[in-house]
Amino acid sequence: MSEELYDVRLTVNGVAHDVRVPARRLLSDALRHDLGLTGTHVGCEHGVCGACTVLVDGRPARSCLMFAVSAVDSSITTVEGLTRDDGTLGPVQQAFAECHGLQCGFCTPGFLTTITAGLADHPSPTEDDAREMVAGNLCRCTGYTNIVKSVLRAAALRDGRRTPSPGTEESET
Amino acid sequence: MKPAPFSFVRPQGLQHALEALAADPGAKVLAGGQSLVPLLSMRLAAPSTLVDINALPDLDHVRVDDSGVRVGALARQADVLGSDDVRRVQPLLSLALSQVAHATIRNRGTVVGSLVHADAAAELPMVLTLLGGSVSVASATGTRTIPAAELYAGPLESTLHHDEIAVEALFPGLGPGEGVAFEEVSRRHGDYALCGVAAVVRVEGAHVAEARVGYMSVADVPTVVDLTTALVEEVAQRPSRRARNQGELSDQAVSAAAELALQHLDPADDLHASSAYRAQLVRVLTAHALRAAHDDAVVRGGAPG
Repeated sequence: MSEELYDVRLTVNGVAHDVRVPARRLLSDALRHDLGLTGTHVGCEHGVCGACTVLVDGRPARSCLMFAVSAVDSSITTVEGLTRDDGTLGPVQQAFAECHGLQCGFCTPGFLTTITAGLADHPSPTEDDAREMVAGNLCRCTGYTNIVKSVLRAAALRDGRRTPSPGTEESET
Repeated sequence: MKPAPFSFVRPQGLQHALEALAADPGAKVLAGGQSLVPLLSMRLAAPSTLVDINALPDLDHVRVDDSGVRVGALARQADVLGSDDVRRVQPLLSLALSQVAHATIRNRGTVVGSLVHADAAAELPMVLTLLGGSVSVASATGTRTIPAAELYAGPLESTLHHDEIAVEALFPGLGPGEGVAFEEVSRRHGDYALCGVAAVVRVEGAHVAEARVGYMSVADVPTVVDLTTALVEEVAQRPSRRARNQGELSDQAVSAAAELALQHLDPADDLHASSAYRAQLVRVLTAHALRAAHDDAVVRGGAPG
């Protein structure tokens, strides 16, 4: 018995994609398998780890807890959509690179999307704000210290500040 | 970790959604999906149809009126938590929401969805029960309102009929003289609580007139215990007028209240905590919550308006 398929138009990083998927296709799988956008990583697949976090209409959401067929009316932003138009790194990506905010990189796409939205709400976060911002994302490598630095650095980069913010003084160059 | 196959409908109107739900006895409603989708992915549930209500109009409201806070079926937890009106009219709802999972989950998760998911380890069902709220439900044949006290039948089991959709929840507002508090202990920030306690204390002058406390994760259903007697008797027995006027609850009073509460609870052993530890959390958190709610009532009573 073949599974019923649904025609779905997904708007991802400003581009409309028409796909034909079963109802049970998770948004995370649709992004990776059907659209080839493998920047979104799939970790626990039940909403705990945060690696698959994308922006749904600008707000962070777990793409493993949404079905592609439910995303038809939403605008999705993945980690691929965080680079600048000229292809250079966006401020949060740049901050992670500068502050060693990643090691193995598996969790990184979820952090980058979460922090991008978090800084839109809190443009000048304290270290506590930064920790709260990433509280729903798991990282097994970094111990979070450099991720918190990256949040503060990204806030500075968004402001156009060239000097490191206080929280990033120890970051290696 | 992939859901079993199912059929999918995304109605644009409530009537269509109710008909779709009634048409398939194996159908389930999908709102925020933050509890349902993990159950599907782990194949703990395998509905034959999902009725996605996210496209329904006019269900995302968060309104306050004389009766309290009214939350539509599609209002996200983040939106209710972010509402200053909600915080003013019923601060306990805001306190509890800040303990629900993480911000990313609250962006999708709905208040009403959490209520009818009926998890005894979740904050919102307990708070609705403690406040004596209700849920309005619709079916193809009509509507009805279910009081919170009649909403929970067992673990993950509400008293909604299969063909009903919960469309709105009512959380009564804070009454005169009332103060509230919410306390929980979890292994990690944002995790399910090992024990959670919310308190509503009403004071009249220097006296405790009423004290009700709600418990989560220490019984099969959200459980509310009236602890007024433990506190009222204690206040009457205080040795001096000064102690009464200070309005502080004594150690004996809150201990007696916690022991009274434990008679109504059934803390269970599991992977995360022993029943003895959960009972100890009941004692400690009951004391914290009663004192904090009492202080809150005193402060609010002293503040103009």
